[in-house]
Amino acid sequence: MAFASSALLPVAPVSDNCMIELREIEKRYPTGDTETVVLRDVSFRIDAGEFVAIMGPSGSGKSTLMHILGLLDAPSHGTYLLEGTDVAALPEDERAAIRSRRIGFVFQAFNLLPRATVFRNVALPLVYAGMARRVRRAHIERALTAAGLPADRWQHRSNQLSGGQMQRVAIARALVNDPALLLADEPTGNLDTATGEVVLETFQRLHQEAHRTIVLITHEQYVAEHAQRILHIRDGAIREDIRNHAPRIARITSPHAHP
Amino acid sequence: MRILDLLDEVRFAVTANKARSGLTILGIVIGIGSVIALVAVGAGAQRSIEANIQSIGSNLLLVLPGAQRRGGFSVSTGRGSATTLTSADADAIALTIGAAHTVAPDASRRYQVTARGTNTNTQIVGTVPAYARTRNIIIQDGAFLTDAHIRSVGHVAVIGPTTRDDLFGPDAPALGQRIRVNRIEFTVIGVTQPKGGTGFTNQDDVIYIPLPTAQRFLSGDSAISTISIAAADPASMPMLQETVTTLLLDRHHIRDPQLADFSVLNQADLVATAAAATSTLTLLLGAIAGISLIVGGIGIMNMMLTTVTERTREIGLRKAIGATRRDIRTQFLLEAMTLTIIGGGIGIASGWGAASAISAFSGITTAVSGQSIALAFGVAAAIGICFGYYPAWRAARLHPIEALRYE
Repeated sequence: MAFASSALLPVAPVSDNCMIELREIEKRYPTGDTETVVLRDVSFRIDAGEFVAIMGPSGSGKSTLMHILGLLDAPSHGTYLLEGTDVAALPEDERAAIRSRRIGFVFQAFNLLPRATVFRNVALPLVYAGMARRVRRAHIERALTAAGLPADRWQHRSNQLSGGQMQRVAIARALVNDPALLLADEPTGNLDTATGEVVLETFQRLHQEAHRTIVLITHEQYVAEHAQRILHIRDGAIREDIRNHAPRIARITSPHAHP
Repeated sequence: MRILDLLDEVRFAVTANKARSGLTILGIVIGIGSVIALVAVGAGAQRSIEANIQSIGSNLLLVLPGAQRRGGFSVSTGRGSATTLTSADADAIALTIGAAHTVAPDASRRYQVTARGTNTNTQIVGTVPAYARTRNIIIQDGAFLTDAHIRSVGHVAVIGPTTRDDLFGPDAPALGQRIRVNRIEFTVIGVTQPKGGTGFTNQDDVIYIPLPTAQRFLSGDSAISTISIAAADPASMPMLQETVTTLLLDRHHIRDPQLADFSVLNQADLVATAAAATSTLTLLLGAIAGISLIVGGIGIMNMMLTTVTERTREIGLRKAIGATRRDIRTQFLLEAMTLTIIGGGIGIASGWGAASAISAFSGITTAVSGQSIALAFGVAAAIGICFGYYPAWRAARLHPIEALRYE
């Protein structure tokens, strides 16, 4: 298997451009007397500025992979270099510090603070990063603009927003610390198709205009096709690594204007 | 995490569920408030008893019949207890001990007293003229007992202002009036000045009659309840106490001071004994109130545990975007402490109010001390930390992935 993935991903010398490099990552969970192997021998690299979709059916290990990429979980074995630093075996609080500054998360369920305003939600990562209060506003406004949320919604409470607007707030929250890596876990899973397009368009714009590194986890082929590159994962191993030379272009359509 | 942000989060969380926060705070308010109010009642009782004892007079030594017991004393000045002191003992002290400035024996007991259709139950003190000087009794109207009354075993009485009010009506003229004790008639020859004081040491509700009269017509024996001895000055008190003890041991033919059939007490002993009794009362009241404080603390813990469970996903999200365990723990701990400190503040104010209301409506003296306020506040903060720590710790150790998946 190690040979197979090496063949799949010819090991190139680490360039300055390398954002993520996984080497022989393995994740096992104890289940009763035996162990369940969720990820086996996963190795790949993602360069800065790439828009990658990790695609697989449920139970394939893609969520576990995302948790490891996002430093929410540590691998059982293997090396994880994030921006050239080995982060695989860091203690919990150091992982929290890296999550705070280098990684932005977008979740399927948005996970906004329901009674808090849009501003307060987006400010939260800055709070944990310890940024001074007076300089936060500019960052928040920049992130909300980049995420494409209209300014007249900024003082709304997050539970007064539509699903698409909520996900844009979540994207703004992920962007506000200017992270190296944007991780999105099924970001369109709770949205209808038209709203999902809005979110995918936001990611494509962030990739093309702001050259963000984006890793999107999905089980839908259609969603994955919006990325530049698609990693297929099945039974805990990377099966295919495909360059998508003609990504699907997300179009914002009003539900009435277009079928 | 910055302190302002932390306070902001706490404010947000506490105001999020106002009803629940309010009820939790109420639990602490009741706990702290009852501690403050009840300790104030106890401390007030202590203070008024001490004031009463002080008003008896300084430089005062009391000889009581009956043995002093270890760990405080237990004697009764009423009959039925030891009757080991006699007038002769008092005379001997007056004759042989120069440091005894004045010596006044008394035989006291409660009797029913009647006067022209009214009646009251009060303390009848059979005593001698020296009692007035020894016990700092000042006459308002008329005169105190004289040696002539003693010699003639006169049927005369000096009454306290409360007794006068009870028998003849407030501020009514009492001199020359007749009162009956045990069907024996006495003529009122004096009324004492009010000394103040309430409760079981009230020195205004009393009747003084000549000692021989009390012994012959009321008690029928020569037993003495108390010998009051005034020292010339406070410095001579210890020496006086020692010589009185030696003299009485000798007169009673007792070798071992441990077996003495009388007790010699000074003012300090009395104050200390009363203070011991009332501080037990204060402690008891405080302990009862303390239970409600613990119940309030459990209320805090209950609310915080519910909050942590409800906000599991939020905790997961906070961790995902960079909150450390310490950030989470501090936030939840501070939430619990905010509730207790708000509750503590309101509790101190309402406890103080309750104590004042008790004083105003029931006449019981209360004393809110800075010490009890500091204690209550310290306890509130400690409750916040103790009962808030476990929920905060549970929140902090949640795994971010499991917390995010929590339904």
